Amino acid sequence: MEKQTERSRYELNKELAQMLKGGVIMDVTTPEQARIAQEAGACAVMALERIPADIRAAGGVSRMSDPAMIRGIQEAVSIPVMAKCRIGHFAEAQILEAIEIDYIDESEVLSPADDVYHIDKTQFKVPFVCGARDLGEALRRIEEGASMIRTKGEPGTGDVIQAVRHMRQMNREIARVRSMREDELFECAKELQVSYELVKYVHENGRLPVVNFAAGGVATPADAALMMQLGAEGVFVGSGIFKSGDPQKRAAAIVKAVTNYKDAKLLAELSANLGEAMVGINEQEIALLMAERGK
Amino acid sequence: MRVGVLAVQGAFEEHEQMLRALGAECFEIRQLSDLSGQMDGLVLPGGESTVMGKLLRELGLFQPLWEKIEGGLPVLATCAGLILLAEKISGEDGRHLGTLPVTVKRNAYGRQLGSFYTEAEMKHIGTVPMHFIRAPYVEKTGDGVEVLSEVDGRIVAVQYKNQLALSFHPEVSGDTSVHRYFLRMCENASAGV
Repeated sequence: MEKQTERSRYELNKELAQMLKGGVIMDVTTPEQARIAQEAGACAVMALERIPADIRAAGGVSRMSDPAMIRGIQEAVSIPVMAKCRIGHFAEAQILEAIEIDYIDESEVLSPADDVYHIDKTQFKVPFVCGARDLGEALRRIEEGASMIRTKGEPGTGDVIQAVRHMRQMNREIARVRSMREDELFECAKELQVSYELVKYVHENGRLPVVNFAAGGVATPADAALMMQLGAEGVFVGSGIFKSGDPQKRAAAIVKAVTNYKDAKLLAELSANLGEAMVGINEQEIALLMAERGK
Repeated sequence: MRVGVLAVQGAFEEHEQMLRALGAECFEIRQLSDLSGQMDGLVLPGGESTVMGKLLRELGLFQPLWEKIEGGLPVLATCAGLILLAEKISGEDGRHLGTLPVTVKRNAYGRQLGSFYTEAEMKHIGTVPMHFIRAPYVEKTGDGVEVLSEVDGRIVAVQYKNQLALSFHPEVSGDTSVHRYFLRMCENASAGV
């Protein structure tokens, strides 16, 4: 067999994200929830101790989950299992790699461990997904080795406004880079604080070099369809499912909404009788803006 | 050639790009109404087989696609697609379309750390780049199944009549040879060869 190069490892990691496209990644806190998510059609689960809404409510420092709890979830499902580490906390990431997690989310949902440096993700064999509010953040994370991007949105709020803002911002900036003259790309790279090669990729392809999902505040099938129509390639749903009245039904409805995101008739059916949605918090009422963490 | 690509979840776009680059026409299958037009071939892409299997059933696509495959429609299935076609999934009771007489082992190389890249011979085609991503492999083949490729003694590509099924992902490799072979299958089938 041909020797594996670092390059092909990164390609394989980006390609795993491609396989998740058109799917829904759900936050789960127990093996039981993981099974419910898989049965409802999740393409992956995010194992964490507390869902963002509860992290928000509990306050205090929020850290990587107990590896024993993550292992329990790994054993419960056949779909990929992701887990979160704190921004800059490369030791937590090493632990997650040691238990063979499928994807690490270096996440602003947890308390940041470093207010300057993100993890050098090129040093890891397992893939990383990172949050971003705009093109600069996305490309900086990719430069550091992220093989998948998601909007930051505002986790645990059930309010989609920030995810919408971040997705529109990203699209706007990609369109701007695409329309630039080639001699303007050097200055653009300086402005975004990333390498010329990444800016050139966006200029030529009109998209990020990795898969881009929506996350942070998606609570209904309509929210998911909105994000897909705005150009998301898939959706993370956190608190929105297991904080709602009928998690199983809502999860399955969101999965179908992502597949047929343009079919309003079907979306109407999917949105009917879902029981109570998570209560949610409006952005003006939030004390802690998680999206401000890690630029 | 007009090829339908199952687009309920996964890397379907990559297949479409490759088939279009080879001059084929493509359409996405997301719901029953998408099946109304002419279809000379079907692609079951990579993604998560549990998601696709569930959506196939709930969107009413299962029976019509099963009938088309049994009726001889050429199919290219990659990774999760192979699991959808397999008659038996190792260690599990359930199955999906079950039109391909093989036993397939899910996540056979382990988690993402076990994903790998290699190049190997594929019968009728030659050397092809192979991207294995949380891939399955074929444990057992039934009568009439032709093994097209093995890697480290594991079966990673098979053909059974109109069904071409692979553990790996030619759609992300930049190499069009597998898709070219598949389009020839489609041409032969529609010409009645």
